[in-house]
Amino acid sequence: MAKKVALLQGNEACAMGAVYAGAKFFGGYPITPSTEVAEVLSKELPKVGGKFIQMEDEIGAMASVIGASLTGAKSITATSGPGVSLKQELIGYACIAEVPCVIINVMRGGPSTGMPTGPGQSDVMQAMWGTHGDHAAIALVPNSCQEIFSETVRAFNLAEKYRMPVQVLFDEIVGHMRERIVFPEPGELEVIDREAPTEGPDTYKPYDATKGQVPPLASFGSGYKFHVTGLNKADDGFPTTKASLVDAEERRQIAKVMDNVADIESNEEYLTEDAEVIIWAYGSTSRSARYAVNELRSQGIKAGLFRPITLWPFPAKRTAQLAVQCKAIVVSEMNLGQMIYEVERVAKGNCVVAGEFRVDGEPINPGQIMKKVKEVI
Amino acid sequence: MAYDYEKSIRPGKLPHIWCPGCGHGIVMKGLIRAMDTCGLDRKNTAIVSGIGCASRLPGYLDACTLHTAHGRAAAFATGVKMAKPEMTVICCGGDGDGTAIGGNHFIHACRRNIDMTYVLMNNFIYGMTGGQFSPCTPTGAKASTTPYGNPDPIFDISKLAIGSGATFVARTTAAHPREIDRLIVQGIQHKGMAVIEVLDDCPTTYGRRNKFRSVVDMMKHLKANAVPIKAAAKMTAEQLEGKFLTGVLFQDTEKPEYCEMYAEVIKKAQGA
Repeated sequence: MAKKVALLQGNEACAMGAVYAGAKFFGGYPITPSTEVAEVLSKELPKVGGKFIQMEDEIGAMASVIGASLTGAKSITATSGPGVSLKQELIGYACIAEVPCVIINVMRGGPSTGMPTGPGQSDVMQAMWGTHGDHAAIALVPNSCQEIFSETVRAFNLAEKYRMPVQVLFDEIVGHMRERIVFPEPGELEVIDREAPTEGPDTYKPYDATKGQVPPLASFGSGYKFHVTGLNKADDGFPTTKASLVDAEERRQIAKVMDNVADIESNEEYLTEDAEVIIWAYGSTSRSARYAVNELRSQGIKAGLFRPITLWPFPAKRTAQLAVQCKAIVVSEMNLGQMIYEVERVAKGNCVVAGEFRVDGEPINPGQIMKKVKEVI
Repeated sequence: MAYDYEKSIRPGKLPHIWCPGCGHGIVMKGLIRAMDTCGLDRKNTAIVSGIGCASRLPGYLDACTLHTAHGRAAAFATGVKMAKPEMTVICCGGDGDGTAIGGNHFIHACRRNIDMTYVLMNNFIYGMTGGQFSPCTPTGAKASTTPYGNPDPIFDISKLAIGSGATFVARTTAAHPREIDRLIVQGIQHKGMAVIEVLDDCPTTYGRRNKFRSVVDMMKHLKANAVPIKAAAKMTAEQLEGKFLTGVLFQDTEKPEYCEMYAEVIKKAQGA
């Protein structure tokens, strides 16, 4: 049987990916340029017995998502930069309380209201450092409609597997462009469900590290009575200020991500093997970068592309290897230089690191990248 | 025979954090009795709170308890209830948490008429942070941030709830313990958003700044100024000056409940 295909916008693909992953709850608030995610889910979720609610504000949306997830429902919200700013406190709550959820950020220009209908990639550091306190973050940055679909599924998988919030960031260009999507058959993409506790309600502890780096999370209303709080807590979920317990919990919550980078990481490389200059780009910028690589190659310049699909945790190992292998890395992003800090940090001076940026609401075009590459080699 | 509270309290979690003379313990006992009277299965009961002294209440109770971020109880609870409507959802918290930082979530939960019971302990002050004025601190009163007397007008929480669309609104005080559980029982049994405002006392950060010489003085004040709504009907505006009405202030059994409305959405989406 022929596979189902459709011409979908990135935002629509995101919503359909959520349904494929088994999302059963969406809590959101209208914001450009992400609203189509909400619009499609308001139609699709009730069809599968899921729930859609438009909350009174961005913070309430995030709160409802965490509340719903605690009952066992795979939960998602979608917003843009200003909304993510408002959600930050509760993203931290989901980190410390270890509640799986997916946050879609269709990036526009900023800061503040900025350019609501223009693209941007200026929330990438925010995705890591936006909420207060030490924590780990997972953020994915797809660059096509098909990949938005599959990365949204993977975001749910990672959220459920690592029991934490996972952000999917794509710029407005990818969110609003239309491409042909091939819908995966059920079972074609991996769908991970939350691990249920093996022990009974009487001995269950929601943060019991002896059960592994990611202790299983019981659902409210499934026979388990337990306490969830944003305070630092002991393994039983109740607040503690005991230094050794606080320290161990904080470190475990970061280690559960950083010890599993190999599982979480996803990158694409294009002609990097013999590349003298590597363009380091993600989202829509990476599409221009790929075009630039082809053009540069035709002109005899050995260019390559490194494209992170998992932006956080930062692809430190591979970026460091590339820095040793090539003469220069050109980081191109629709901000005034954010991920370049990380690239510079891990390149450790082994190659030239240069940036090509843009924040005027226009896409970074291949010519702009090519010009920069020619400057640095 | 003395009432057995122990069975509802998590072992090892007492003593509580509340100061001697604080009314929150009275409210907690009322809530325990009410949950018992309603025969709630605590495995299927979520108790959700925000941040503040009153919001520490859920941690002591043996149920599915969710201590959220400041002001967000109603929004978290909305997610819980929407996703699992078969659960009983109870919110609790204070006046600052519920009506200042959480005011938007509070009024919108009322507007939706989602089936939950919000026990709002109004002690007229931010207690946990040391006694700053809240939207419920009486005008002219002293708080740590109103050294010259509070210039702000107050929120009438019960009126706010009624105006926002809650379908069961009641008020009592910490000095009326038997009415607390009676009203919470009615709130739990009511299908829709129930708000039970309990006027409470904070001797530590409110009483001592406002000429209440003792906890007993504060309790006497609550008792002396509480007027049951039926009695108020026979009183003049002059007589009611400075008093607060208690009992069931409003009930509407006609307005549809939110999760039931959404169940209809699901039916439509599924082509029924």
